[in-house]
Amino acid sequence: MKAIVCVKQVPDTSGKVAVNPDGTLNRASMETITNPDDLNAVEAALKLKDETGCKVVVITMGPAPAEGMLRELLARGADEAVLVSAREFGGSDTFATSQILAAAVKKVGLEDDDIVFCGRQAIDGDTAQVGSQIAEKLDIPQISYAADIKKEGNTVTVKRMLEDGYMTIQTKTPCLLTCIKELNVPRYMSLGGIMDCYSKPVTVYDYNTLKDDPLIDPTTIGLKGSPTNIFKSFTPPQKGQGKMLEGADKNTCETLAAELLKKHII
Amino acid sequence: MADFNNTNLADFSGVWVFCEQRQGKLQPTVLELISEARKLADDMGVEVCGLLLGGKGVGDSMAKELGAYGADKVLVCENDLLETYTTDAYAKVICDVVMDKKPEIMLIAATNIGRDLGPRCAARLHTGLTADCTHLDVDVEKYAAFLQEASTLPQAQIDALDRADRNLKMTRPAFGGHLMATIICPRFRPQMATVRPGVLKKGEYDEAKANAVVVEKVEAQLSDADIQTKVLEVVKEAKELVDLTGAEVVVSVGRGISKDVETGIKLAEELAGLFGGVVGGSRAAIDAGWLTADHQVGQTGKTVHPKLYVALGISGAIQHKAGMQDSECIVAVNKADSAPIFDVADYGICGDLFKVVPMMIDAIKAAQASK
Repeated sequence: MKAIVCVKQVPDTSGKVAVNPDGTLNRASMETITNPDDLNAVEAALKLKDETGCKVVVITMGPAPAEGMLRELLARGADEAVLVSAREFGGSDTFATSQILAAAVKKVGLEDDDIVFCGRQAIDGDTAQVGSQIAEKLDIPQISYAADIKKEGNTVTVKRMLEDGYMTIQTKTPCLLTCIKELNVPRYMSLGGIMDCYSKPVTVYDYNTLKDDPLIDPTTIGLKGSPTNIFKSFTPPQKGQGKMLEGADKNTCETLAAELLKKHII
Repeated sequence: MADFNNTNLADFSGVWVFCEQRQGKLQPTVLELISEARKLADDMGVEVCGLLLGGKGVGDSMAKELGAYGADKVLVCENDLLETYTTDAYAKVICDVVMDKKPEIMLIAATNIGRDLGPRCAARLHTGLTADCTHLDVDVEKYAAFLQEASTLPQAQIDALDRADRNLKMTRPAFGGHLMATIICPRFRPQMATVRPGVLKKGEYDEAKANAVVVEKVEAQLSDADIQTKVLEVVKEAKELVDLTGAEVVVSVGRGISKDVETGIKLAEELAGLFGGVVGGSRAAIDAGWLTADHQVGQTGKTVHPKLYVALGISGAIQHKAGMQDSECIVAVNKADSAPIFDVADYGICGDLFKVVPMMIDAIKAAQASK
């Protein structure tokens, strides 16, 4: 039995973000982090390991430096890591990414009692698409927005959040779950984990490793195999600069109230 | 290229909207999508078709309403197995109908259900899906006008657009809202988009159109064996969710309340209470757990356009601005005079919100009493 977790290294868009004059993102100025929802997915897998002793395998697709993130996840308690990395995979949209990650999951080996965990969405794209699309490519059931997970034998019961409540959904393994923040609080790396993380394996899957899988085809992966393309990217114009009020005292607040009164907002 | 069955683009026609319903109630955002689909279809000279899945009788109650907002036709698929949403049942029926009837465009509301269903369908249909769109165009003149208004692209780039282009141009915030991107899906059909609720405007109810809508029943090829998940219960949370999109006044808090979260939220509640408004929060406030997710304003939360929006201790990342900059009047209080929130604020006060807001509350109370 395994818990396989798909994770992504992302630029930290919650901190300072610099945009170049040409409208592209100044990535050099940004730190990279493990995508926040993915940490909840890793924690869900580690909890399952605590309960059942199952093996936890983390998979990421990205450039070579993403290995650093994988080592951190090994230090948190994952057993094995896979770095999916090849020039042929670059420029993939969600469709093409899911083709590649599904092929990687198959290479790791998806067994009858395994669960694949993903974060709900990544903060750089906010699409929430790759998890569902991996499930489709693996032909296994998916439950997204998981806020509680119970596994008994091959039965998995999940509390799936909706905007106005939740559903309780049951399915059988193998299945794919996408995890949200409410699911758990991710643990930190342990000292022992940090000591061990360099003795645990990080396997690299390149194009040759995966190329025999029918999911991997020049027409279904990478920039050329991506159904969607970026047509334009741009920064929005600044709304006309408003009025900075003088000071920050009683008079200032009275001026504001008078303005709001004049505009019939009060 | 491998032989995908959706590459002969000329076979595809019409703008479809997935009409999400829960427990027999149409999701209100569907009417926004229908209204938008009407505009796109008029530009293209094609039909708008609603796709409605549910239990027995679901079509009777909703088809007219869909017609009133612009659907020419509603494809209704009624089946006991469709009464409650499951990914497997809905994806199977939708993919079957799409491959049979071949729409050119398919819009889905970006709700928790739409965002579960859309990707599964797009992956199966071998087509692209653009998530959480905030603006859609087919007509290039309209897209050029949109760019002129909403982008800082040089005029030469806008003039250089190919006027004959008929692809759906799907615009959405990217990189946490720091950039906007227009995505196209030029080689596959249908062109699929999930659309952010509350962004596109619902049109006017038209009684004549409601009566003219054509209802076509579709048989679902569906059995228990197709559905690998079982819904044990559907629970509506008793807790009242905050109605951000419908509120006339929203007072939001951000990272700036961190030194005393409880007081910060209390002040926001008191200020909002003066107007019968509600409290919202930035992504930072929600991520920190100070407010629940239903309070979030911004790209990953709700888009609001109230009469008055007050931002307290919010720096104003594009991600946040994307969700509130169309408010009629924006007041911002922040300690840093360089905070980007001041760029969109009608009235900015540079100061400590814990000191300013109590004075603001007094001043507004006095102004209200003077009326």
